[in-house]
Amino acid sequence: MGKIKITTTVLSQDRLADGVYSMWIDAKEITDQAKPGQFISVYTGDSSKLLPRPISICETNQNKGHLRIVYRIAGEGTEEFSHYKAGDQVIIMGPLGNGFPLEAGASGKKALLIGGGIGIPPMLELAKNLSGTKQMVLGYRDELFLNEEFLPYGDTFLATESGSAGTRGNVMDAIREHGLQSDVIFACGPTPMLKSIRAYALENQIECYLSMEEKMACGIGACLACVCKSSEKDEHSMVHNKRVCKDGPVFKAKEVEF
Amino acid sequence: MNMKVNLAGVELNNPVMTASGTFGSGEEYSEFVDLNRLGAVVTKGVASIPWTGNPTPRIAETYGGMINAIGLQNPGMDIFIERDLPFLKKYDTKIIVNVCGKTTEDYIEVVERLSHEPVDMLEINISCPNVKEGGIAFGQDPKAVEAITKEVKKYAKQPVIMKLSPNVTDITVMAKAAEAGGADVLSMINTLTGMKIDVNRRAFAVANKTGGLSGPAIKPIAVRMVYQAACAVRIPIIGMGGIMTAEDALEFILAGATAVSVGTANFVNPYATTEIIAGMKDYMVKYQIEDINELIGAVR
Repeated sequence: MGKIKITTTVLSQDRLADGVYSMWIDAKEITDQAKPGQFISVYTGDSSKLLPRPISICETNQNKGHLRIVYRIAGEGTEEFSHYKAGDQVIIMGPLGNGFPLEAGASGKKALLIGGGIGIPPMLELAKNLSGTKQMVLGYRDELFLNEEFLPYGDTFLATESGSAGTRGNVMDAIREHGLQSDVIFACGPTPMLKSIRAYALENQIECYLSMEEKMACGIGACLACVCKSSEKDEHSMVHNKRVCKDGPVFKAKEVEF
Repeated sequence: MNMKVNLAGVELNNPVMTASGTFGSGEEYSEFVDLNRLGAVVTKGVASIPWTGNPTPRIAETYGGMINAIGLQNPGMDIFIERDLPFLKKYDTKIIVNVCGKTTEDYIEVVERLSHEPVDMLEINISCPNVKEGGIAFGQDPKAVEAITKEVKKYAKQPVIMKLSPNVTDITVMAKAAEAGGADVLSMINTLTGMKIDVNRRAFAVANKTGGLSGPAIKPIAVRMVYQAACAVRIPIIGMGGIMTAEDALEFILAGATAVSVGTANFVNPYATTEIIAGMKDYMVKYQIEDINELIGAVR
Protein backbone atom coordinates (compact mmCIF):
# COMPACT_ATOMS: atom_id res chain seq x y z
CA MET A 1 0.00 0.00 0.00
CA GLY A 2 2.78 2.44 0.85
CA LYS A 3 2.94 5.55 2.93
CA ILE A 4 -0.34 7.08 3.99
CA LYS A 5 -1.46 10.19 5.84
CA ILE A 6 -4.45 9.62 8.10
CA THR A 7 -6.52 11.43 10.68
CA THR A 8 -7.08 8.91 13.43
CA THR A 9 -7.80 8.42 17.11
CA VAL A 10 -5.61 8.57 20.19
CA LEU A 11 -6.19 5.45 22.30
CA SER A 12 -4.24 6.42 25.40
CA GLN A 13 -1.66 8.84 26.71
CA ASP A 14 0.65 8.24 29.66
CA ARG A 15 3.45 10.22 31.20
CA LEU A 16 6.49 7.96 31.60
CA ALA A 17 9.00 10.44 33.02
CA ASP A 18 9.53 14.17 33.22
CA GLY A 19 8.66 15.43 29.73
CA VAL A 20 8.45 11.90 28.28
CA TYR A 21 5.09 10.60 27.08
CA SER A 22 3.68 7.41 25.61
CA MET A 23 0.80 7.57 23.16
CA TRP A 24 -1.06 4.65 21.61
CA ILE A 25 -2.76 5.48 18.30
CA ASP A 26 -5.28 3.54 16.22
CA ALA A 27 -3.42 3.15 12.91
CA LYS A 28 -4.05 -0.17 11.20
CA GLU A 29 -3.13 1.23 7.76
CA ILE A 30 0.33 1.96 9.15
CA THR A 31 0.96 -0.95 11.53
CA ASP A 32 0.14 -3.42 8.74
CA GLN A 33 3.29 -2.28 6.99
CA ALA A 34 5.49 -0.95 9.80
CA LYS A 35 8.95 -2.34 10.55
CA PRO A 36 11.11 -1.75 13.64
CA GLY A 37 13.17 1.43 13.26
CA GLN A 38 10.67 3.19 11.02
CA PHE A 39 9.02 6.43 12.07
CA ILE A 40 5.86 8.44 11.56
CA SER A 41 5.26 12.12 10.94
CA VAL A 42 2.91 13.66 13.49
CA TYR A 43 1.16 16.88 12.50
CA THR A 44 0.14 19.52 15.01
CA GLY A 45 -3.37 20.94 15.08
CA ASP A 46 -1.93 24.46 15.00
CA SER A 47 -1.86 25.88 11.47
CA SER A 48 0.98 28.24 12.39
CA LYS A 49 3.20 25.15 12.72
CA LEU A 50 3.62 23.74 9.28
CA LEU A 51 6.04 20.88 9.55
CA PRO A 52 5.31 17.43 10.88
CA ARG A 53 7.31 16.09 13.83
CA PRO A 54 9.16 12.87 12.98
CA ILE A 55 8.73 10.38 15.84
CA SER A 56 9.99 6.80 15.89
CA ILE A 57 7.62 3.88 16.26
CA CYS A 58 8.12 2.45 19.75
CA GLU A 59 5.81 -0.50 19.45
CA THR A 60 3.02 -1.91 17.32
CA ASN A 61 0.19 -4.28 18.04
CA GLN A 62 -0.28 -5.78 14.60
CA ASN A 63 -3.43 -7.72 15.53
CA LYS A 64 -5.26 -4.69 16.81
CA GLY A 65 -3.65 -2.23 14.40
CA HIS A 66 -2.40 -0.08 17.25
CA LEU A 67 0.79 1.94 17.16
CA ARG A 68 2.72 3.42 20.06
CA ILE A 69 5.04 6.41 20.10
CA VAL A 70 7.15 7.45 23.07
CA TYR A 71 8.42 10.99 22.70
CA ARG A 72 9.99 13.83 24.62
CA ILE A 73 8.55 17.34 24.74
CA ALA A 74 11.08 19.29 22.71
CA GLY A 75 8.97 22.32 21.78
CA GLU A 76 5.43 23.56 21.30
CA GLY A 77 4.50 20.84 18.81
CA THR A 78 5.36 17.89 21.04
CA GLU A 79 3.91 19.85 23.99
CA GLU A 80 0.60 19.90 22.10
CA PHE A 81 0.79 16.13 21.49
CA SER A 82 1.33 15.52 25.21
CA HIS A 83 -2.10 17.05 25.93
CA TYR A 84 -3.96 14.67 23.60
CA LYS A 85 -6.27 12.31 25.47
CA ALA A 86 -7.93 9.05 24.53
CA GLY A 87 -10.55 9.78 21.90
CA ASP A 88 -8.82 12.89 20.53
CA GLN A 89 -7.93 13.10 16.86
CA VAL A 90 -4.33 12.99 15.67
CA ILE A 91 -2.93 13.39 12.15
CA ILE A 92 -0.08 11.09 11.23
CA MET A 93 1.76 9.87 8.14
CA GLY A 94 3.75 6.71 7.79
CA PRO A 95 5.39 4.33 7.92
CA LEU A 96 8.46 6.32 6.93
CA GLY A 97 12.11 5.39 6.48
CA ASN A 98 13.81 2.05 6.04
CA GLY A 99 13.93 0.45 9.51
CA PHE A 100 16.43 -1.96 11.04
CA PRO A 101 17.51 -5.05 9.05
CA LEU A 102 16.06 -7.90 11.13
CA GLU A 103 18.13 -10.53 9.30
CA ALA A 104 21.30 -8.99 10.76
CA GLY A 105 20.10 -10.08 14.23
CA ALA A 106 18.48 -13.37 13.22
CA SER A 107 18.65 -16.63 15.21
CA GLY A 108 22.19 -17.63 16.08
CA LYS A 109 23.33 -14.01 16.22
CA LYS A 110 24.06 -12.15 19.41
CA ALA A 111 22.74 -8.62 19.17
CA LEU A 112 23.42 -5.58 21.31
CA LEU A 113 20.59 -3.03 21.27
CA ILE A 114 21.75 0.37 22.46
CA GLY A 115 19.39 3.26 23.11
CA GLY A 116 20.22 6.68 24.49
CA GLY A 117 17.52 8.97 25.90
CA ILE A 118 14.68 9.45 23.46
CA GLY A 119 16.54 7.03 21.15
CA ILE A 120 15.41 4.20 23.43
CA PRO A 121 11.79 3.83 22.20
CA PRO A 122 12.48 2.35 18.71
CA MET A 123 14.69 -0.30 20.31
CA LEU A 124 11.63 -1.82 21.98
CA GLU A 125 9.92 -2.79 18.73
CA LEU A 126 13.29 -4.08 17.52
CA ALA A 127 13.78 -6.17 20.69
CA LYS A 128 10.35 -7.69 20.16
CA ASN A 129 11.09 -8.66 16.57
CA LEU A 130 14.71 -9.81 16.50
CA SER A 131 14.94 -13.60 16.57
CA GLY A 132 18.56 -13.75 17.79
CA THR A 133 19.87 -13.40 21.35
CA LYS A 134 19.51 -9.87 22.67
CA GLN A 135 21.18 -7.71 25.26
CA MET A 136 20.05 -4.16 25.82
CA VAL A 137 22.03 -1.15 26.99
CA LEU A 138 19.91 1.88 27.82
CA GLY A 139 21.39 5.27 28.65
CA TYR A 140 19.62 8.03 30.57
CA ARG A 141 20.47 11.37 32.09
CA ASP A 142 18.77 10.43 35.34
CA GLU A 143 15.11 9.41 35.31
CA LEU A 144 14.38 5.99 33.79
CA PHE A 145 11.57 5.10 31.36
CA LEU A 146 10.66 2.02 29.31
CA ASN A 147 13.53 -0.01 30.81
CA GLU A 148 11.29 -2.58 32.48
CA GLU A 149 9.50 -3.23 29.21
CA PHE A 150 12.74 -4.59 27.72
CA LEU A 151 13.17 -7.26 30.41
CA PRO A 152 11.17 -10.01 28.62
CA TYR A 153 13.54 -9.81 25.66
CA GLY A 154 16.94 -10.18 27.31
CA ASP A 155 19.44 -8.84 29.81
CA THR A 156 19.04 -5.09 30.13
CA PHE A 157 21.91 -2.92 31.33
CA LEU A 158 21.44 0.67 32.38
CA ALA A 159 23.67 3.72 32.39
CA THR A 160 22.78 7.06 33.96
CA GLU A 161 24.79 10.25 33.85
CA SER A 162 23.68 10.99 37.41
CA GLY A 163 24.61 7.52 38.64
CA SER A 164 21.11 7.00 40.03
CA ALA A 165 20.80 3.62 38.30
CA GLY A 166 23.19 1.18 36.63
CA THR A 167 26.59 2.33 35.49
CA ARG A 168 27.44 5.96 36.19
CA GLY A 169 28.21 7.42 32.79
CA ASN A 170 27.07 6.63 29.28
CA VAL A 171 26.18 3.49 27.33
CA MET A 172 29.80 2.91 26.30
CA ASP A 173 30.81 2.94 29.97
CA ALA A 174 28.15 0.28 30.66
CA ILE A 175 29.35 -1.86 27.74
CA ARG A 176 32.90 -1.76 29.07
CA GLU A 177 31.90 -2.34 32.69
CA HIS A 178 29.96 -5.48 31.80
CA GLY A 179 32.32 -6.59 29.04
CA LEU A 180 29.40 -6.99 26.64
CA GLN A 181 30.26 -8.88 23.44
CA SER A 182 28.11 -9.06 20.34
CA ASP A 183 27.96 -10.02 16.67
CA VAL A 184 25.86 -7.04 15.74
CA ILE A 185 24.96 -3.66 17.24
CA PHE A 186 21.79 -1.65 16.70
CA ALA A 187 21.75 1.86 18.15
CA CYS A 188 19.64 4.98 18.35
CA GLY A 189 20.39 8.08 20.39
CA PRO A 190 22.11 11.44 20.45
CA THR A 191 24.83 12.12 17.88
CA PRO A 192 27.81 11.99 20.32
CA MET A 193 26.61 8.54 21.45
CA LEU A 194 26.26 7.30 17.88
CA LYS A 195 29.69 8.67 17.09
CA SER A 196 31.38 6.74 19.89
CA ILE A 197 29.43 3.56 19.12
CA ARG A 198 30.46 3.86 15.48
CA ALA A 199 34.13 4.19 16.49
CA TYR A 200 33.83 1.20 18.87
CA ALA A 201 32.13 -0.98 16.26
CA LEU A 202 34.59 -0.13 13.49
CA GLU A 203 37.57 -0.70 15.81
CA ASN A 204 36.25 -4.08 16.92
CA GLN A 205 34.89 -4.98 13.48
CA ILE A 206 31.36 -5.47 14.73
CA GLU A 207 28.50 -5.15 12.26
CA CYS A 208 26.65 -2.03 13.38
CA TYR A 209 23.48 -0.14 12.45
CA LEU A 210 22.79 3.42 13.58
CA SER A 211 19.49 5.26 13.50
CA MET A 212 20.18 8.89 12.68
CA GLU A 213 18.28 12.09 13.32
CA GLU A 214 18.19 15.38 11.42
CA LYS A 215 15.77 18.29 11.00
CA MET A 216 13.19 17.22 8.44
CA ALA A 217 10.53 18.85 6.31
CA CYS A 218 8.76 16.53 3.85
CA GLY A 219 9.70 13.23 5.55
CA ILE A 220 9.55 11.32 2.26
CA GLY A 221 12.82 12.13 0.50
CA ALA A 222 11.78 15.01 -1.73
CA CYS A 223 13.07 18.18 -0.08
CA LEU A 224 16.65 17.10 0.76
CA ALA A 225 16.64 18.90 4.12
CA CYS A 226 17.64 15.95 6.33
CA VAL A 227 20.80 14.69 4.72
CA CYS A 228 23.80 13.15 6.45
CA LYS A 229 27.30 12.69 5.10
CA SER A 230 27.77 9.23 3.66
CA SER A 231 30.85 7.33 2.55
CA GLU A 232 29.07 5.97 -0.51
CA LYS A 233 27.40 8.16 -3.08
CA ASP A 234 23.74 8.63 -2.31
CA GLU A 235 21.33 7.32 -4.90
CA HIS A 236 19.46 10.61 -5.23
CA SER A 237 22.13 13.19 -6.01
CA MET A 238 25.35 11.10 -6.08
CA VAL A 239 27.03 13.62 -3.76
CA HIS A 240 27.60 11.57 -0.56
CA ASN A 241 24.51 13.03 1.12
CA LYS A 242 22.10 10.31 2.16
CA ARG A 243 18.57 11.30 3.10
CA VAL A 244 17.85 10.43 6.73
CA CYS A 245 14.10 10.22 6.09
CA LYS A 246 14.21 7.95 3.07
CA ASP A 247 17.62 6.26 2.72
CA GLY A 248 17.64 6.01 6.54
CA PRO A 249 17.06 6.68 9.34
CA VAL A 250 18.99 3.41 9.81
CA PHE A 251 22.43 3.29 8.24
CA LYS A 252 25.37 0.91 8.45
CA ALA A 253 27.91 2.53 10.76
CA LYS A 254 30.60 2.57 8.09
CA GLU A 255 28.15 4.17 5.67
CA VAL A 256 27.78 7.44 7.62
CA GLU A 257 30.32 10.07 8.60
CA PHE A 258 30.10 12.52 11.47
CA MET B 1 -16.14 24.03 -17.03
CA ASN B 2 -12.72 24.91 -18.43
CA MET B 3 -9.65 24.66 -16.20
CA LYS B 4 -7.17 24.76 -19.07
CA VAL B 5 -4.77 27.68 -19.22
CA ASN B 6 -2.15 28.64 -21.75
CA LEU B 7 1.40 29.62 -20.86
CA ALA B 8 3.37 30.85 -23.87
CA GLY B 9 1.72 28.31 -26.16
CA VAL B 10 1.88 25.44 -23.69
CA GLU B 11 -1.58 24.31 -22.67
CA LEU B 12 -1.93 23.05 -19.10
CA ASN B 13 -4.87 20.85 -18.09
CA ASN B 14 -5.31 23.09 -15.07
CA PRO B 15 -3.38 26.00 -13.56
CA VAL B 16 -1.90 24.10 -10.59
CA MET B 17 1.73 23.08 -10.63
CA THR B 18 4.38 22.31 -8.04
CA ALA B 19 6.94 24.80 -6.80
CA SER B 20 10.54 23.92 -7.55
CA GLY B 21 12.40 22.22 -4.74
CA THR B 22 9.34 21.10 -2.81
CA PHE B 23 8.35 18.16 -4.99
CA GLY B 24 11.65 16.60 -6.11
CA SER B 25 11.07 15.25 -9.60
CA GLY B 26 7.68 13.94 -8.57
CA GLU B 27 8.69 10.38 -7.74
CA GLU B 28 8.40 10.66 -3.94
CA TYR B 29 5.01 12.40 -4.12
CA SER B 30 3.63 10.00 -6.72
CA GLU B 31 2.87 7.69 -3.78
CA PHE B 32 0.32 10.27 -2.64
CA VAL B 33 -0.73 12.23 -5.70
CA ASP B 34 -1.75 11.14 -9.19
CA LEU B 35 0.66 13.27 -11.20
CA ASN B 36 -1.70 13.06 -14.19
CA ARG B 37 -3.98 15.44 -12.36
CA LEU B 38 -1.41 18.24 -12.06
CA GLY B 39 -1.18 21.09 -14.56
CA ALA B 40 2.58 20.67 -14.51
CA VAL B 41 5.40 19.32 -12.40
CA VAL B 42 8.17 21.83 -11.84
CA THR B 43 11.32 19.95 -10.90
CA LYS B 44 13.90 20.77 -8.29
CA GLY B 45 16.75 22.88 -9.67
CA VAL B 46 18.97 21.05 -12.15
CA ALA B 47 22.57 22.15 -12.64
CA SER B 48 25.17 21.06 -15.18
CA ILE B 49 26.94 18.88 -12.61
CA PRO B 50 25.88 17.41 -9.22
CA TRP B 51 25.74 19.94 -6.39
CA THR B 52 26.34 18.94 -2.77
CA GLY B 53 24.24 21.69 -1.19
CA ASN B 54 24.69 23.29 2.22
CA PRO B 55 25.59 21.82 5.62
CA THR B 56 22.77 20.77 7.99
CA PRO B 57 20.56 21.85 9.64
CA ARG B 58 19.04 23.01 6.40
CA ILE B 59 15.57 23.73 7.65
CA ALA B 60 13.76 25.53 10.48
CA GLU B 61 10.12 26.10 11.21
CA THR B 62 8.92 29.65 11.81
CA TYR B 63 5.51 31.08 12.67
CA GLY B 64 3.32 30.24 9.68
CA GLY B 65 6.33 29.46 7.59
CA MET B 66 9.66 27.77 7.29
CA ILE B 67 13.20 28.71 6.41
CA ASN B 68 15.21 26.48 4.13
CA ALA B 69 18.81 26.61 3.05
CA ILE B 70 19.19 23.38 1.10
CA GLY B 71 21.66 25.03 -1.28
CA LEU B 72 20.27 23.43 -4.44
CA GLN B 73 21.60 19.93 -3.87
CA ASN B 74 20.89 18.09 -7.12
CA PRO B 75 22.24 15.21 -9.20
CA GLY B 76 23.06 17.32 -12.24
CA MET B 77 21.55 17.21 -15.72
CA ASP B 78 22.93 13.84 -16.85
CA ILE B 79 21.26 11.85 -14.09
CA PHE B 80 18.17 14.01 -14.32
CA ILE B 81 17.79 13.24 -18.03
CA GLU B 82 18.60 9.57 -17.63
CA ARG B 83 16.51 8.83 -14.54
CA ASP B 84 14.00 11.54 -13.63
CA LEU B 85 12.81 12.69 -17.03
CA PRO B 86 11.72 9.20 -18.20
CA PHE B 87 9.79 8.86 -14.93
CA LEU B 88 7.93 12.13 -15.52
CA LYS B 89 7.26 11.28 -19.17
CA LYS B 90 5.01 8.43 -18.03
CA TYR B 91 2.45 10.98 -16.88
CA ASP B 92 0.01 13.19 -18.74
CA THR B 93 1.30 16.41 -17.23
CA LYS B 94 3.59 19.15 -18.44
CA ILE B 95 7.23 19.01 -17.41
CA ILE B 96 8.92 22.22 -16.38
CA VAL B 97 12.58 21.94 -15.48
CA ASN B 98 14.01 24.43 -13.04
CA VAL B 99 17.54 25.34 -14.11
CA CYS B 100 20.22 26.61 -11.73
CA GLY B 101 23.78 27.68 -12.26
CA LYS B 102 26.67 29.67 -10.82
CA THR B 103 27.61 31.41 -14.05
CA THR B 104 25.80 32.32 -17.27
CA GLU B 105 27.73 29.50 -18.96
CA ASP B 106 26.37 27.01 -16.40
CA TYR B 107 22.79 27.98 -17.14
CA ILE B 108 23.38 27.81 -20.89
CA GLU B 109 24.98 24.38 -20.64
CA VAL B 110 21.83 23.00 -19.00
CA VAL B 111 19.46 24.89 -21.29
CA GLU B 112 21.29 23.63 -24.39
CA ARG B 113 21.32 20.08 -23.14
CA LEU B 114 17.60 20.16 -22.32
CA SER B 115 16.72 21.70 -25.66
CA HIS B 116 16.83 18.22 -27.20
CA GLU B 117 14.84 16.59 -24.42
CA PRO B 118 11.08 16.14 -23.97
CA VAL B 119 10.75 19.09 -21.60
CA ASP B 120 7.82 21.48 -22.03
CA MET B 121 9.26 24.60 -20.44
CA LEU B 122 12.37 25.83 -18.64
CA GLU B 123 12.24 27.80 -15.42
CA ILE B 124 15.44 29.75 -14.86
CA ASN B 125 16.24 30.14 -11.19
CA ILE B 126 17.92 33.51 -10.81
CA SER B 127 16.60 33.94 -7.30
CA CYS B 128 17.87 31.25 -4.95
CA PRO B 129 18.97 33.05 -1.78
CA ASN B 130 21.01 30.11 -0.50
CA VAL B 131 23.93 29.84 -2.86
CA LYS B 132 26.86 32.23 -2.86
CA GLU B 133 27.34 32.43 -6.61
CA GLY B 134 24.67 32.59 -9.27
CA GLY B 135 21.14 32.34 -8.03
CA ILE B 136 20.01 35.55 -6.47
CA ALA B 137 23.10 37.46 -7.66
CA PHE B 138 21.52 37.46 -11.12
CA GLY B 139 18.09 38.32 -9.83
CA GLN B 140 18.73 41.54 -7.96
CA ASP B 141 20.14 43.64 -10.78
CA PRO B 142 17.81 44.50 -13.68
CA LYS B 143 20.68 44.65 -16.18
CA ALA B 144 21.81 41.17 -15.12
CA VAL B 145 18.23 39.87 -15.32
CA GLU B 146 17.83 41.17 -18.85
CA ALA B 147 21.26 39.93 -19.94
CA ILE B 148 20.86 36.38 -18.64
CA THR B 149 17.34 36.16 -20.03
CA LYS B 150 18.66 37.14 -23.48
CA GLU B 151 21.47 34.60 -23.28
CA VAL B 152 19.18 31.78 -22.20
CA LYS B 153 16.65 32.65 -24.90
CA LYS B 154 19.38 32.27 -27.56
CA TYR B 155 19.80 28.60 -26.68
CA ALA B 156 16.41 27.53 -25.38
CA LYS B 157 14.10 25.55 -27.66
CA GLN B 158 11.31 25.63 -25.07
CA PRO B 159 9.51 28.66 -23.65
CA VAL B 160 11.54 30.31 -20.90
CA ILE B 161 10.16 31.17 -17.48
CA MET B 162 12.27 33.54 -15.41
CA LYS B 163 11.85 32.95 -11.67
CA LEU B 164 12.09 36.26 -9.87
CA SER B 165 13.34 37.08 -6.39
CA PRO B 166 11.17 39.08 -4.00
CA ASN B 167 14.34 40.37 -2.32
CA VAL B 168 14.32 43.57 -4.37
CA THR B 169 13.07 47.10 -3.87
CA ASP B 170 10.78 47.22 -6.89
CA ILE B 171 9.58 43.96 -8.40
CA THR B 172 8.21 45.70 -11.50
CA VAL B 173 11.73 46.73 -12.52
CA MET B 174 12.83 43.08 -12.49
CA ALA B 175 9.67 41.89 -14.21
CA LYS B 176 10.14 44.45 -17.00
CA ALA B 177 13.84 43.56 -17.31
CA ALA B 178 12.98 39.88 -17.81
CA GLU B 179 10.31 40.80 -20.34
CA ALA B 180 12.77 43.04 -22.18
CA GLY B 181 15.22 40.14 -22.28
CA GLY B 182 12.61 38.03 -24.03
CA ALA B 183 11.21 35.97 -21.16
CA ASP B 184 8.06 34.10 -22.16
CA VAL B 185 6.68 33.75 -18.65
CA LEU B 186 7.52 35.00 -15.14
CA SER B 187 7.39 32.88 -12.07
CA MET B 188 7.19 34.59 -8.73
CA ILE B 189 7.98 34.74 -5.95
CA ASN B 190 10.99 32.75 -4.81
CA THR B 191 11.58 32.74 -1.05
CA LEU B 192 12.31 35.82 1.04
CA THR B 193 15.68 35.89 2.75
CA GLY B 194 15.11 35.24 6.42
CA MET B 195 16.88 34.26 9.62
CA LYS B 196 15.97 32.37 12.74
CA ILE B 197 18.00 32.17 15.92
CA ASP B 198 17.61 29.27 18.30
CA VAL B 199 17.67 30.97 21.69
CA ASN B 200 18.30 27.75 23.61
CA ARG B 201 21.38 26.82 21.60
CA ARG B 202 22.22 30.50 21.00
CA ALA B 203 22.95 29.66 17.40
CA PHE B 204 21.50 30.14 13.95
CA ALA B 205 18.69 27.69 13.33
CA VAL B 206 20.04 26.79 9.88
CA ALA B 207 23.74 26.21 9.27
CA ASN B 208 23.77 28.70 6.39
CA LYS B 209 22.71 31.43 8.89
CA THR B 210 20.17 32.83 6.42
CA GLY B 211 17.64 30.89 4.42
CA GLY B 212 14.60 31.31 2.24
CA LEU B 213 11.34 31.97 4.05
CA SER B 214 8.30 30.29 2.52
CA GLY B 215 4.82 29.29 3.57
CA PRO B 216 1.62 31.19 4.35
CA ALA B 217 3.58 33.88 6.23
CA ILE B 218 4.79 35.31 2.90
CA LYS B 219 1.56 35.02 0.91
CA PRO B 220 0.37 38.65 1.17
CA ILE B 221 3.75 39.84 -0.09
CA ALA B 222 3.62 37.37 -2.96
CA VAL B 223 0.07 38.36 -3.95
CA ARG B 224 1.05 42.04 -3.91
CA MET B 225 4.11 41.40 -6.09
CA VAL B 226 2.18 39.26 -8.59
CA TYR B 227 -0.40 42.04 -8.85
CA GLN B 228 2.29 44.70 -9.38
CA ALA B 229 4.11 42.62 -11.99
CA ALA B 230 0.88 41.72 -13.78
CA CYS B 231 0.12 45.43 -14.10
CA ALA B 232 3.63 46.12 -15.44
CA VAL B 233 4.21 43.39 -18.05
CA ARG B 234 2.25 41.60 -20.79
CA ILE B 235 3.75 38.12 -20.39
CA PRO B 236 1.93 35.56 -18.25
CA ILE B 237 2.83 34.98 -14.61
CA ILE B 238 2.99 31.83 -12.51
CA GLY B 239 2.11 32.94 -8.97
CA MET B 240 3.40 31.27 -5.83
CA GLY B 241 4.24 31.96 -2.22
CA GLY B 242 2.42 30.30 0.64
CA ILE B 243 -0.48 28.76 -1.27
CA MET B 244 -2.15 26.30 1.11
CA THR B 245 -5.74 26.22 -0.15
CA ALA B 246 -7.85 26.75 -3.26
CA GLU B 247 -8.76 30.22 -1.96
CA ASP B 248 -5.06 31.10 -1.76
CA ALA B 249 -4.53 29.89 -5.33
CA LEU B 250 -7.53 31.92 -6.52
CA GLU B 251 -6.14 35.04 -4.86
CA PHE B 252 -3.06 34.78 -7.04
CA ILE B 253 -5.16 34.20 -10.17
CA LEU B 254 -7.41 37.16 -9.38
CA ALA B 255 -4.25 39.23 -8.83
CA GLY B 256 -3.10 38.38 -12.34
CA ALA B 257 -1.42 34.97 -12.32
CA THR B 258 -2.27 32.59 -15.17
CA ALA B 259 -1.07 29.58 -13.19
CA VAL B 260 0.02 28.86 -9.63
CA SER B 261 2.66 26.75 -7.91
CA VAL B 262 2.14 24.91 -4.65
CA GLY B 263 5.30 24.56 -2.57
CA THR B 264 5.57 24.41 1.20
CA ALA B 265 1.99 23.10 1.41
CA ASN B 266 3.26 19.76 0.04
CA PHE B 267 5.22 19.28 3.27
CA VAL B 268 2.16 20.02 5.37
CA ASN B 269 -0.11 17.87 3.28
CA PRO B 270 1.23 15.65 0.51
CA TYR B 271 -2.22 15.71 -1.10
CA ALA B 272 -2.29 19.53 -1.19
CA THR B 273 -1.98 19.96 -4.97
CA THR B 274 -4.95 17.81 -5.93
CA GLU B 275 -7.05 19.11 -3.03
CA ILE B 276 -6.42 22.65 -4.27
CA ILE B 277 -7.50 21.68 -7.82
CA ALA B 278 -10.71 20.17 -6.44
CA GLY B 279 -11.34 23.27 -4.33
CA MET B 280 -10.91 25.55 -7.34
CA LYS B 281 -13.51 23.52 -9.24
CA ASP B 282 -15.91 23.85 -6.31
CA TYR B 283 -15.38 27.60 -6.34
CA MET B 284 -16.09 27.77 -10.07
CA VAL B 285 -19.31 25.80 -9.60
CA LYS B 286 -20.35 27.96 -6.67
CA TYR B 287 -19.86 31.22 -8.58
CA GLN B 288 -20.87 29.79 -11.97
CA ILE B 289 -17.53 30.47 -13.59
CA GLU B 290 -17.40 28.66 -16.96
CA ASP B 291 -13.74 29.31 -17.68
CA ILE B 292 -10.91 29.78 -15.21
CA ASN B 293 -9.39 32.29 -17.63
CA GLU B 294 -12.21 34.70 -16.74
CA LEU B 295 -10.65 35.03 -13.29
CA ILE B 296 -7.11 35.88 -14.35
CA GLY B 297 -6.40 39.44 -13.24
CA ALA B 298 -10.11 40.00 -12.60
CA VAL B 299 -9.45 42.22 -9.60
CA ARG B 300 -8.11 45.56 -10.74
